[in-house]
Amino acid sequence: MKKLSVTLSLLTAAIFFMAANLPMGEGYAIGDKVDDFNLQGIDGEWAMLSESMGEDGAIIVFTCNTCPFAKMYEDRLIELHNMYAEQGFPVIAINPNDPDVQPGDSFDKMKERADAKGFTFQYLFDDGQEVYPKFAATNTPQVFLIDSDMKLRYKGAIDDNPQDADAVKTNYVSAAIAALKDGKDPETTTTKAIGCGIKAKKNG
Amino acid sequence: MKCRLLLALLLGTYFSVLAQPKSPKVVNFEQFESYLSNTSDTTYIINFWATWCKPCVEELPYFESITRDFAGKPVKVLLVSMDFENQIEKRVVPFIEEEKIQSEVVVLVEPNANAWIDKVDPRWSGAIPATVIYRADQRSFFGDQFASYEELKSIIESYL
Repeated sequence: MKKLSVTLSLLTAAIFFMAANLPMGEGYAIGDKVDDFNLQGIDGEWAMLSESMGEDGAIIVFTCNTCPFAKMYEDRLIELHNMYAEQGFPVIAINPNDPDVQPGDSFDKMKERADAKGFTFQYLFDDGQEVYPKFAATNTPQVFLIDSDMKLRYKGAIDDNPQDADAVKTNYVSAAIAALKDGKDPETTTTKAIGCGIKAKKNG
Repeated sequence: MKCRLLLALLLGTYFSVLAQPKSPKVVNFEQFESYLSNTSDTTYIINFWATWCKPCVEELPYFESITRDFAGKPVKVLLVSMDFENQIEKRVVPFIEEEKIQSEVVVLVEPNANAWIDKVDPRWSGAIPATVIYRADQRSFFGDQFASYEELKSIIESYL
């Protein structure tokens, strides 16, 4: 009996340890199938990834209302969605920030921002912050491009110039989608970009 | 009388020029890179921040305290602003003035972050705040806010 309880408590400890380490993990690697998720959008509807994605995949982007870098990409996200939704890759935006830490990223503020900017894409709220750690997302904005099998094919920046859309030399998302359409692997599968750190819930 | 007025005007202009806050140096990555690879005996604390980044601004006083508390020791704080180029006069200069920032500030203007983030540190996700602390070959990277001044101070002391 004693042995069993020790084993059990060790097991519990191990599980807790794993859970605690989840946000620090590597997240999905390129080629990994991403788990389905179900998040509420600003229209009040719950959206499953598997149902919201297009025929060929989706441009999942972690973004928010408050980060200056995220704001500079709002118009470009609308453009991406308007261009690629019909081609099978809609933009699915997710706000991962904890509104207790960043009040400007509350669900109500998301609605206001989407109205003001005229978002044409779904804008979902990672309430409880269970989705972004699986992607090991760190910044806003940060893109995760999946294909029709929900496999991760590109992650990182949208393009190479946050401050000036007209001066962009490489649009990583467009390039990756073009490659997928040709049945090829994207030439660049991972990039980094300056952005705002995701605001995780503070303990205690 | 007229002469005196002119003199007063001239003096006024002279002093108002003197009273202007010193504008931070604006650098591209090539110019900035030398800050990352000094081989001297000095411990460098290089903090990436921006005026619009709340956690960054919260921890700036820690770096200011380092500059003050380690004065006369081989310790150098460099605050690297990621503010956008068109915000330097509007936001960075007034911020330095109002907060009476004593540490050296440079503004890094290099839009294609992907070309240089890994050269700062491969562990850096690109989110700010982020801090590199190094002395010659010894180097640490911190991809998050420091919990307290004491935490930062004890890390720096371990370098001395």
